[in-house]
Amino acid sequence: MTDQTDNLPVEEPIPNPGLPEHHWRPTDVDPAAAKRAERQVATFFLLSVVCALLFCVSYFTIEPGDTIGGLGAMNVALGLSLGFALLFIGIGVIQWARKLMGDHEISELRHPAASSEEDRAATIAALQQGLEESGLGRRPLVRNTMLLALGVVGLPLIVGLRDLGPLPGKKLERTIWKKGTRIVNDVTGRWIRPTDLEVGQLVNAEPEGLVTPPDAEHLAGLEARGGHVVHGAELLAEKAKSSVILVRMEPKDITEETQNWGHQGILCYSKICTHVGCPIALWEQQTHHLLCPCHQSTFDLGDKGRVVFGPAARALPLLPIEVDEDGYLAARSDFLEPVGPSYWERNSPAYWEKQEKKFFEEAAK
Amino acid sequence: MRFLNRSAGRLSRHRRSRLAGLLVMLLGLLVMGGIYQAVLSPSNADTQSKSDEELIQEGRDLFLVGCSFCHGQNGEGINSQDGQYGPSLVGVGGAAANFQLTTGRMPMQTPGQQAPSKDAVYNDEEIAAISAYIASLGPGPAEPTAAQYDIDEYGLTDEERAQAVVNGGQLFLTNCTACHNFDGSGGAMPWGKYAPDLKDTSKKNLYQAMLTGPQQMPVFSDEVLTSKDKASIIAYLESIQEEPSHGGFGLGGLGPVSEGMFAWLFGIGGLVGFAYWIAAHTTRSTKTKSSEGTQA
Repeated sequence: MTDQTDNLPVEEPIPNPGLPEHHWRPTDVDPAAAKRAERQVATFFLLSVVCALLFCVSYFTIEPGDTIGGLGAMNVALGLSLGFALLFIGIGVIQWARKLMGDHEISELRHPAASSEEDRAATIAALQQGLEESGLGRRPLVRNTMLLALGVVGLPLIVGLRDLGPLPGKKLERTIWKKGTRIVNDVTGRWIRPTDLEVGQLVNAEPEGLVTPPDAEHLAGLEARGGHVVHGAELLAEKAKSSVILVRMEPKDITEETQNWGHQGILCYSKICTHVGCPIALWEQQTHHLLCPCHQSTFDLGDKGRVVFGPAARALPLLPIEVDEDGYLAARSDFLEPVGPSYWERNSPAYWEKQEKKFFEEAAK
Repeated sequence: MRFLNRSAGRLSRHRRSRLAGLLVMLLGLLVMGGIYQAVLSPSNADTQSKSDEELIQEGRDLFLVGCSFCHGQNGEGINSQDGQYGPSLVGVGGAAANFQLTTGRMPMQTPGQQAPSKDAVYNDEEIAAISAYIASLGPGPAEPTAAQYDIDEYGLTDEERAQAVVNGGQLFLTNCTACHNFDGSGGAMPWGKYAPDLKDTSKKNLYQAMLTGPQQMPVFSDEVLTSKDKASIIAYLESIQEEPSHGGFGLGGLGPVSEGMFAWLFGIGGLVGFAYWIAAHTTRSTKTKSSEGTQA
């Protein structure tokens, strides 16, 4: 233990047998075999050249729409030629290393990575001397003000983060839904009557205004309710929060508490998963389970969107709905809790439950 | 010719007879009655194709043998202690019956999470009879016609048809891809269930499935997704199958599942093979070099 730099054990339990005798490869001892291997390696490199040239030729000669056996001709030709060009270089190099490069066995002894005792002692002494001469220990005022300055110089960095954008405020709690907003079928944009829905039906829906109205009547209706057709970045932001699914079940399959939210077995749920916000539409009409394809969170739509499986922590939010005076399905209010995944400033579940209770008590009056 | 002229002349002689008008009228009545009897009469049609009652009766006979064990003797469904054995068929309509029977999902071979599609057990006439019986149990969606499920029957111009396919694609991505995958290749569902591949499904069956919502699939009624919307979705599905695979081999269009498996088995497997080749021992010779000085 005293002599660590040497790194050799004091005594070996088994005598070191040394390296076995080196056996030569045929290419080392037979010039004809060596010549043959050389030609093989050269052949692979030349094949690679051919493939690379084929790549260039196909790039210019093949029309983008051409096909070979149902596949895009451009993709097949470019992929295969470049792939084989690289593969042949690799094969050539391996063959070269195995047949022709020297293959002598050598052994290298390992040594400890630490510096010697003297070097370490000298370094520590130098550091100690610097510490004493700077007077850090003797002059606490200098030391403390320096620490303060180093700390406060971080503040400008934090303040600069303010430029990342305005604070979100209530944006995550509110969506475009409000009392009277009609529910429309996604893509076609048509209003929906309760009689349009059969038991077991699923409708991927949006609030009116997020889908282009199909005719003048729908547009006039939207504008009469104070809405407008949303475009651009606002459309994307709203769609990420406001998309819903509309389902109809036998009222007997729905818990009593859930029935308050819907209309004759028709329920409107947020389409945004409460785990990380994937849009969900895998609804099994017989089990009433809604499955998120991203991480398999499963919600029971007959029971207030309760989580029955998976990583989601909260039930899927319901949108309270009603039938308006013209007989179309519409929202009774905005969502009563923030939709989608959790975030830092989100209030506690108890707070949102209280809001919900307040809404239904007021509605009952 | 002379004979004809002579007989015409003989007839002509009687045309002013008092009985002539009566005879002509009688002849006319006989001819009309005969035609009616031969072609149009309902009792005669019976001998060629069956009446509704007979069709329903035949369907009921087949139903009692092949279906009533699970669905009950009157299609009312059977509930057992473990839950539903076979659902009630009252009000499912002819469309649902035709879909289940033509795709071979019914009769089910064995109880399970899902009835798989197989060769149809009944022939077309039997399916028509059973569908008629089930349609008679209660009002429900009727079997769709080509005028509903085939976009070419809508009389669209080429441009309108192309627009319909685009619209069908939007509807497909919104309503169908969650379960059936972006390519219509199907996908896995919880507890061993699955959304089937749509590529070999007939247009009529696709329409019926959207209309009736078989098994776990939700219903997409004609009021919300109109016939034309459904026909557009079907046309879109047809169009993506005609499209050549520009990205190379589609590997079943299953996305990361089959692509990942290919990368693991063939990509990493190939790399492991090369690593073995690099490190493997080469053949050795028993000969030695004449001059040791060439050693490195």
